[in-house]
Amino acid sequence: MPTIILFAPLIGALIAGFGWRAIGEAGAQYLTTGLLFLSALLSWIVFFQHYEATETITIMSWVQSGTLSVDWAIRMDRLTQIMLVVVTTVSALVHLYSLGYMKDDPQWKEGESYKPRFFAYLSFFTFAMLALVTADNLLQMFFGWEGVGVASYLLIGFYYRKPSANAAAMKAFIVNRVGDFGFALGIFGIYMMTDSINLTDVFASAHHLAEAQMSFLGMTLNAAELLTFLLFIGAMGKSAQLFLHTWLPDAMEGPTPVSALIHAATMVTAGVFLVSRMSPLFEVAPATLTFVTVIGASTAFVAATIGLVQNDIKRVIAYSTMSQLGYMFAAAGVGVYQVAMFHLFTHAFFKAMLFLGAGSVITAMHHEQDMRNYGGLRKKIPYTFWAMLIGTLAITGVGIPLTTIGFAGFLSKDAIIESTYGAGTMVGNYAFWMLVIAAAMTAFYSWRLLFMTFFGAEKGDKHTHDHAHESPMVMIIPLAVLALGAIFAGMLWRPEFFGSNVEEWFNGAVFNHDLEHTLHAAHSVPLWVKVSPFVAMLGGFFMAWLFYVKAPGLPAAWAKRNHGLYQFLLNKWYFDELYDLIFVNPIKRLGSFLWKKGDGSVIDGALNGLALGIVPWFTRLTNRWQSGYVFTYAFAMIIGVGGLLTWFVLTGGAH
Amino acid sequence: MNNLLSLITFLPLLGAAVLLILLRGNDEMAQRNAKWIAMGVTVATFLVSLVMLSEFDPGNPDFQMVDQYDWIAGLTYKMGVDGISILFVMLTTLLMPIVIGASWKVEHRVKEYMIAFLLLETLMIGVFCALDLMLFYVFFEAGLIPMFLIIGIWGGKERVYASFKFFLYTLFGSVLMLVAMIYMWTQAGTTDIPTLMQFDFSSAPLDLMGWQIAGGAQMLLFLAFFASFAVKMPMWPVHTWLPDAHVQAPTAGSVVLAAILLKMGGYGFLRFSLPMFPVASFMMQDFIFFLSVAAIILTSLIALMQEDMKKLIAYSSIAHMGFVTMGIFAFNKQGLDGAIFQMISHGFVSGALFLGVGIIYDRMHTRQIEAYGGLVIRMPVYALFFMLFTMANVGLPGTSGFIGEFLTLVGAFQANTWVAAGATTGVILSAAYALWLYRRVVFGDLVKESLKTITDMSMREKSLMVPLLFATILLGVMPGLVLDLIGPSVNALMDNFNAATAHLIDATAVVAH
Repeated sequence: MPTIILFAPLIGALIAGFGWRAIGEAGAQYLTTGLLFLSALLSWIVFFQHYEATETITIMSWVQSGTLSVDWAIRMDRLTQIMLVVVTTVSALVHLYSLGYMKDDPQWKEGESYKPRFFAYLSFFTFAMLALVTADNLLQMFFGWEGVGVASYLLIGFYYRKPSANAAAMKAFIVNRVGDFGFALGIFGIYMMTDSINLTDVFASAHHLAEAQMSFLGMTLNAAELLTFLLFIGAMGKSAQLFLHTWLPDAMEGPTPVSALIHAATMVTAGVFLVSRMSPLFEVAPATLTFVTVIGASTAFVAATIGLVQNDIKRVIAYSTMSQLGYMFAAAGVGVYQVAMFHLFTHAFFKAMLFLGAGSVITAMHHEQDMRNYGGLRKKIPYTFWAMLIGTLAITGVGIPLTTIGFAGFLSKDAIIESTYGAGTMVGNYAFWMLVIAAAMTAFYSWRLLFMTFFGAEKGDKHTHDHAHESPMVMIIPLAVLALGAIFAGMLWRPEFFGSNVEEWFNGAVFNHDLEHTLHAAHSVPLWVKVSPFVAMLGGFFMAWLFYVKAPGLPAAWAKRNHGLYQFLLNKWYFDELYDLIFVNPIKRLGSFLWKKGDGSVIDGALNGLALGIVPWFTRLTNRWQSGYVFTYAFAMIIGVGGLLTWFVLTGGAH
Repeated sequence: MNNLLSLITFLPLLGAAVLLILLRGNDEMAQRNAKWIAMGVTVATFLVSLVMLSEFDPGNPDFQMVDQYDWIAGLTYKMGVDGISILFVMLTTLLMPIVIGASWKVEHRVKEYMIAFLLLETLMIGVFCALDLMLFYVFFEAGLIPMFLIIGIWGGKERVYASFKFFLYTLFGSVLMLVAMIYMWTQAGTTDIPTLMQFDFSSAPLDLMGWQIAGGAQMLLFLAFFASFAVKMPMWPVHTWLPDAHVQAPTAGSVVLAAILLKMGGYGFLRFSLPMFPVASFMMQDFIFFLSVAAIILTSLIALMQEDMKKLIAYSSIAHMGFVTMGIFAFNKQGLDGAIFQMISHGFVSGALFLGVGIIYDRMHTRQIEAYGGLVIRMPVYALFFMLFTMANVGLPGTSGFIGEFLTLVGAFQANTWVAAGATTGVILSAAYALWLYRRVVFGDLVKESLKTITDMSMREKSLMVPLLFATILLGVMPGLVLDLIGPSVNALMDNFNAATAHLIDATAVVAH
C-alpha cells in the first residue's frame, strides 16, 4: 500500500506531463487529482494502522560502491505515517482547488496549454515529497529534498513571462542549495564515521558518534555535534529559517495553490521533519540543539515583526509561515520532536487553508494582492470569509485556557511554548519569551489581514469590488475540509502528540533522551506560563482591532512617527540588500575578474609569453591562412607522428 | 584470439576509406550518400560494440578480448578492454551516430567532414582499447588531427586561432609524454601496458642536476604524463583552450570534444598514472586536489559571467572535470567509481547541452545569450529537453549527474574535508550559472522580433536527444548498470595501488605518532 501511495502521484505527473495530448487537458487534470485522492485515502488508512516495529519495503537497489550501499526503499513508522497524511491530504485538496483556481488564468494567452503542466508539476512535487518522507536512507531523502526543490523552482517560475517570477524561482533554488551544501556534507561525514547512510545503521551508531571526534576543516570536533549541525543547515534552507529565509517571501510569485501546498503545508516543513527523523543523532548533540532552539525562536520573532507591516496578502501569510516554522524548530530544539510534529500537523491544515482562502480572495479581486485595496469583502465572499476566520482563530491559538478545548493552533502552539519554558534552560527561556512575543504579533498580523480584507470600507478600484464574486464549489470544498482540520486536529490528536499516548503512538519513531521527564516538565509549568500565550494573543487581537477597526488612521500616524523602524520592517530587515552587497555582487565581480584577468591576461598571457618566439610567426601565418591550408598543418602533424614512429623502429622497437 | 575489438576500432576507418575512394562528386546526391554511409557505419559499429558488451565478463577484472599481433619492426599491436575501458568504448560508439545525426545540415565539404568524424571515431576507440604504449600514443596523438581539422575547416570565425591554441597546448604535453614512454621502455624492456601496470618503477629520491626529486623516476614520469593528461582533461589552469575550441567548433565537433575527447585525460590517469606511478600519484594528491577544487570553484564563477552559451557550457565542463580528477585522486572506492561515473554521465549531459545550443544556433546563427529569451513560448519541447539536461548538469538526484558528483564527494570527504567542502560549493555555483542561463534563454516573454517565427525541435533533433535523455535518467535511477561493470576493475586498481603505497601510509602514520 505505501508503494501505491508513493507512486500514484508520479504516474499522474508523467502522464499529465508527457501524455496529456492523448488524454486531453481535462483528462490530465482529473487523472492527477484522482490519483492524489487515492494516495490520500490510502494514507489515512495507513495512518490508523499500528506498526509493531519499523517496517522497510525495499523497491530496488540504487547505489552500490564499496561499503556504500543504498536502496530505493520505504521506511514505515509513525513519522512517515504522519507525513503521509499531511502531504497527500493537502496535496489532494490543492489539486482539487486548482481545478477551479487555474481555470481561466489571466497570465496566459488564448490557446496556451498551461493546465496539464501545472498539474504535472504539482503531482511531481508530491511524489518527491513522499520520497523524502518515506526514505529509509539519507540519500533517498536527499533525492526527495532536491526533487521538491526543483518542483518548487518550476512552480514559483510557473508564470515564466514574468521576470519577477523567474528571479524568485532561481533565488529559491540557489538559496536552498546553500542549505543543501550543509546537508550533503553531513551525509558525507555520516558515511565516513559510520560506514553507512541507512537510517537504521546510523541510529545504531548514535552513541558511538556522541563519543567520537572527527576532524573537519582543520578542527577536531565532536562527531555528533558537527554532523547534526551540518544537517541542520540543510533544514534551515528548506524551512526558510533565519539567514536562509530570503527566498520564501519571494516564492509567493508562484500561483497561490502552490504557496498553500509547497510553501506552507509541506515542503517547507521538510526541515522540521529532518530534525525529527534524525532525533537519535540530535539527542546526543546538545550544542546543536541549543543552536536549533535559538535559530527557531529568533526566526519566529523576526518573521513576525516583518509580517506586521506587509501589505501583500500572500507575503503576510508567507512571513507567518516562516514564523510558525520557527516555533516548530524551537520545539525540536528543546527535545520535544513530537510537539514539533504536532504543530507541523495542525499548521498544515490551517496554513493551507489561509493560503487557499487568500487565493479565493485574490480570484475574487481580479488578482489584486495589495490588502490596501481590499476592505468590506465579508458580504461578497462569505464562505471565504468564514474559512479565513477559522484559519485566523486557529493560527492565533484561540481556545479556552487551561483546558484542551480550542482550535488546532491553540493546542499545538501552546504545547511548544510550554515545552520551551519547561526545558528550564537559558535558551529555553529565551525561546519562551521570543515565542510569546511572536504569538502576540501573530495575532496582530493575522487579525490585521482579516480586518483589512473583510471589514471596513471598500478601498481601491471600485469596478473590481463591484465584480467581486465567491469562488466555485471546487475551491470552497477544500476550504471546508481544511477548516475541519483547523478546528479539530489539535483537540483530536493532542493525546498522541503531547499527552498520555505519546510514547506508545510514536513507538520509537522519535528518540528522546528522557521523554517522561521532558513532557512532565512541559505539563507542569506555572500557571502564568500556561496563560501567557493566550494573553499575548488577546493583546495582539486588541491592537489589531484598535489599529484597523476602531481608529483606522492610527497605522499611518504610527508609521510616520516611527519612520525608521517602519522602513526597517517593511524592507524585511534589509536582508536582501545585505546579501546583494556581501555575496551576489562580489561574486559577480570576482567571476568577471577571473575570466577577463585570470583566464585572459594571466593564463593566456603567460602562454603567449612562453610562446613568444612562435606566436608572431603564427599570427603572420594565420593572417594568410584560409581553411584549406589547415590541411597542410594537419599534414605536418602526421609527419611528426610518423617521424617518431620511424625513430622508434630504427632504434630497435620494443623488443 | 578474438578480433572483435579490432573490428569495432577499424570499422569506422573502413567506412572512411569507402567514402574517400568510392564516393565521387559533390552534388546533393553524393552529399546525402556520404551522410547515410557515415550513419550506417557508426550504427553498425554501435551494434558490434553491443556484441562486445554481451561477451564481456563483468566479474573478471583482467583485460578481456585481447587481440595481439606483431606490428611493424618489433612493435606490438595489442588491444583489450577491462571494466573501465569498455565503458568508454560504449560511450563512443553510442554517441557517434548521434554526432553524425547532428551534422545532417552540414553542406560544406560533406564527404571530407564525414571522413574526419569516422577517422576520429577509430582513433578514439583505439585510445580506449590500446594495450601497448606506442599504439596508445599513436591513437592518442593522431586523434588530435581530425579534431583539429574539424575545428579548422568547419568551425566559426576564429577557427584558426582556436585550433592553434588547441594545438599549442597539447603539443607540449605530447612531447613530454613520449619522452617518458621511451624511458619506461628502456627501464621495463616492454611497451606492454598490462605488464607495465605491474612494473615497479623506481621511486627512490633522485638527484637531478642538484635538484633533489622526491619520488624519483616515478615522479618525473608522472609529471610527464600529467602534462599531457592535464591539458586534455582540461585541468585548471591549462584549460583556456577549451572554451575557444568549443566556441569555434561546429556543433558535432563540440559534442565529440566534450563528450569523448575530454575523457581521455581521466582515462589516462586511471590507466597510467595510478597503476604505473602509484607512489608519485600518492605524493601529488594534494597538488591535484588543489587544482581540482580551483577548477570547480573558479571556472564555475567564470561560467556565471559568460555571454556566449557555448563558452558557458565549456566552463561548466571544466568544473565537472574537476570532480573527476578529485575523485580519482581520492584513491578510494567511491572516489574512483564516482570519477568514472561522472565521466560517462558528463558524456551524455554535456553532449546533449551542446546539441541543444546547436539546435538554436542552426535557427538563429548566434550563440549570444542576450539574443534569446522566451523560447519556451515557441519551443516547448525544446524547453523541456533543455530543462532536463540543465537539471542533470547541476547534479539533480535521479539523473546520472548526481551519482558521479555524490560519489566523488563522498570519496574526497574521506581523503580531505577541505577539498570536499570546497568542491561542494560547486553544487551551489552550478545551480546559479545553469539556471541563470536557462532563465535568460528559455524563460521570459518572447519579445525579440527575430524569435517570433522560430520553430520547435524537428523529428530528427528529438531523436538525437531522446537516447541521451534515456541514458541520463536510466543511469541516475539504476547506476548499478555502470558501477557493477567497473567494480572488479576498480577494485583491482585500488588493491594494486594500496599495496604499492602501503609503506607511505605507514611512514606518515609513524611520523604522526
